[in-house]
Amino acid sequence: MADNPLSPHLQVYRPQLTSVLSITHRGTGVFLSLGTIVMLYWLVSASLGPDAYASMQQCLSSMPIQIVLAGWVFAFYFHLLNGVRHLFWDSGRGFELSTAYKSGYAVMAGALLMSALTWGCVISQGGAA
Amino acid sequence: MNLRSDLGRVRGLGSAKSGSHHWMHQRLSAIALIPLALWFVTSLMSHMGDSHGELVDWISSPFVTVLLLALVTSAFYHAKLGLQVVIEDYVHAEMSKMALLVAMKLAVAFGALLGVVAILKISFGMA
Repeated sequence: MADNPLSPHLQVYRPQLTSVLSITHRGTGVFLSLGTIVMLYWLVSASLGPDAYASMQQCLSSMPIQIVLAGWVFAFYFHLLNGVRHLFWDSGRGFELSTAYKSGYAVMAGALLMSALTWGCVISQGGAA
Repeated sequence: MNLRSDLGRVRGLGSAKSGSHHWMHQRLSAIALIPLALWFVTSLMSHMGDSHGELVDWISSPFVTVLLLALVTSAFYHAKLGLQVVIEDYVHAEMSKMALLVAMKLAVAFGALLGVVAILKISFGMA
């Protein structure tokens, strides 16, 4: 298996919106899977009692973690909207090149807008967790 | 001379056996997660500053308990299906592929159980 030639050779292709969004869907999926660890940390701390909950809030409010959480918010909205795009494709719609580009730009714009709204809401409440 | 027919030799080897099951469950869990995940993220935003008691009160409501259980189980199931495809696509050495798939599935199952038990513990007033 490892000796077989592999195709396509991605490095000879110029990146396009369609291919970049496709691999970003996978990337955000893996990133969101890792993010479930934070969700478990939140749930388990809350189930252990007020002291564990307080130290979890303390830990999640540190600046590096806040930045990762902000990235997680964007990954969430991107994967959600691009997933809906995939569901439309599954129904056999939206495969024309111009439509695929339009829906791709719509996903990017929508994900950025919804992330900005969420970030704004979080910052106005004085930080997450 | 091989007397087996072409159909007989390929039967049971490929995606015609169970490939559509994986594909369909990935879509079903995705559809379930659209409302669940949006509900979860918006709820988190309104419960960000909660004290421990306020959060426990919120989770203890039967509807919130059930929605959280549905969210955690479908999210981990969806993650398992997606990570499986990523590993199968990019890891070509048979032994490392199998080892990674087993490790991933055990980790996802452990995470889902941990989440479910934590939610139930809070919901039943043991937090």
